[in-house]
Amino acid sequence: MTETVVIAEIVKGAVHPTTAELITAANALGSQPVVVVPCADASLADGAAKFTGVAGILAAKSDVFSDYDAAGWAAALDAVTPAGIIITSASPQSKDLAARLAARRGISVVQDVVKIESGNLTSPIYSGKAMQTVSLSGNAVVSVRPNVFDASGNDGSANVSVVDTSGDVATAVQEFMARASNRLDVAEANIIISGGRGMGNPENFSHLEAIADTLGAAVGASRAAVDTWDEIPHSMQVGQTGKTVNPNLYIAVGISGAIQHLAGMRSSKYIVAINKDADAPIFQHADYGIVATWEEALPILQSTLSAMMA
Amino acid sequence: MANIIVLVKQVPDTNARIVLSGERVDLSAVKKVMSPYDEFAVETALQHREASGGEVTAITVGAAGADKVLKDAKAIGVDHIVRIDCDDNLDSNALQSMLASVVSSLEADVVYCGKSAADTGAGSTGPGLAERLGWASVSNTISVAFGDQLSVITPSSGGNARVNVPLPAVISCDKGDIKVRKPNVKGIMQAKRAQVDVQSVEVPASTISIVTHSMPPAKPAGKSYEGGAAAAEVAQLLRDEANVI
Ligand SMILES: Cc1cc2nc3c(=O)[nH]c(=O)nc-3n(C[C@H](O)[C@H](O)[C@H](O)COP(=O)(O)OP(=O)(O)OC[C@H]3O[C@@H](n4cnc5c(N)ncnc54)[C@H](O)[C@@H]3O)c2cc1C
Repeated sequence: MTETVVIAEIVKGAVHPTTAELITAANALGSQPVVVVPCADASLADGAAKFTGVAGILAAKSDVFSDYDAAGWAAALDAVTPAGIIITSASPQSKDLAARLAARRGISVVQDVVKIESGNLTSPIYSGKAMQTVSLSGNAVVSVRPNVFDASGNDGSANVSVVDTSGDVATAVQEFMARASNRLDVAEANIIISGGRGMGNPENFSHLEAIADTLGAAVGASRAAVDTWDEIPHSMQVGQTGKTVNPNLYIAVGISGAIQHLAGMRSSKYIVAINKDADAPIFQHADYGIVATWEEALPILQSTLSAMMA
Repeated sequence: MANIIVLVKQVPDTNARIVLSGERVDLSAVKKVMSPYDEFAVETALQHREASGGEVTAITVGAAGADKVLKDAKAIGVDHIVRIDCDDNLDSNALQSMLASVVSSLEADVVYCGKSAADTGAGSTGPGLAERLGWASVSNTISVAFGDQLSVITPSSGGNARVNVPLPAVISCDKGDIKVRKPNVKGIMQAKRAQVDVQSVEVPASTISIVTHSMPPAKPAGKSYEGGAAAAEVAQLLRDEANVI
């Protein structure tokens, strides 16, 4: 049987729910994983004890885990992580860590896995224009896309053991620059509403922001919007030269659906498109397509959602 | 004076249609370009040279056809171009091992690369290479300032972080706010004459093998509506049918 290890996904000092999806991925490889929780304070690992389908929880405790440093994290995790196939989330930080860990162990890494079948792993390539299925001989580190695998159960009570570890930190954080708004970043959000050139001007993004705040969503943008308007920063850009996102829900407003935009969002679980042009390519990828101007559709969307959320 | 390396990769143009022939992608008819993020890495490497003096070496791994991406880098302004000769489909372990042996032999101070290549999208090469070399690394940087150490800006939960990076280090570049320079006529002429330094290094066996390539599963046709009033129904369906809000 293949031994598997899950590295818990830590976001803002807590075990992120996507960790339960990583456990399902490990189960698909045929085993109950040990879940390693990188933490500065071992009580954080209690957040993983409820997951079912695991062999146990290992709190890897070190000051290294206070700020992210790829070298320090990889060293400290490597020291305490059992041998086997190691599974991480495919978030930007965890992909970085996955590559470090694999290199440290002299094994290979397979990123962005969206399917596991008979031990073979499938990931999108060419920005999702094709899929690649690979087989492993020996151990590897595997990162798994969020919102693809079902979550394992959360009514368990696994045993948590604590082990101290350490690693040499190479970089030093000088300052954090918090975003002006406390809205989520597109890379972190489970729901994203994005605007394109069809929004007409940057002030009109306020309509998207209002809906985002109703839903607890992030606001994204197409490259045309980012390139045309200084007010729309590149950090909002979704696509080939922006961020790759996998939210549960992606709402594209006034975005045509160019191949480079699709590259960043086509693996979203549900896609809603609002566009005045019935022939816009985005509609071929939409679960729900509304042919209308945003001026017409957004106020109705906003009021319906507000009523639902109230 | 800094000894600067930039890693570049040739990939299909992002507009290209990807087709299969049997169970493998067939790229024979596809135009190849420098991976978009590598353009930011090249620009950052050139800015580093301008700030501190030194030389920039562009490295790619591939067969002779990949010389074109090195010539493109040369036309933009790098000093030296190196191709690590290799025909095979390498896994990350094999690829990074080859790069690590060449980068060590060049005694570099810093390696820049794109945050991920447009073909695999993996983003493993920068951090993996750094680990093999025992160097610091930061990925997804949107700004780099040069000095005895680098000061980079990279996304962090809730915003960005400014991070000091001791050299030697590997920096994987996201787009950020820099404008990439384009080749000029003189650069293009120099690139034509430039000699590619072809190196052969030992390759460890790959432990990851490609089983098959396939087209993405077709998405079932969605529901479509005319007119903005439908937004109310869609909102309901997002809750009751899709269960996403
Ligand atoms: C190397 C490379 C990398 C790229 N990377 C990216 C990337 O990362 N992300 C990205 O997004 N693009 C990227 N692009 C650009 C991409 O090709 C498109 O140009 C871009 O996505 C178009 O943005 P858009 O859909 O907002 O604009 P357009 O294509 O101009 O579409 C605007 C849409 O708005 C609709 N519209 C207009 N008015 C209204 C209205 N009142 N109500 C509703 N709809 C309306 C129109 O019907 C149209 O469909 C890249 C291109 C290249 C070459």
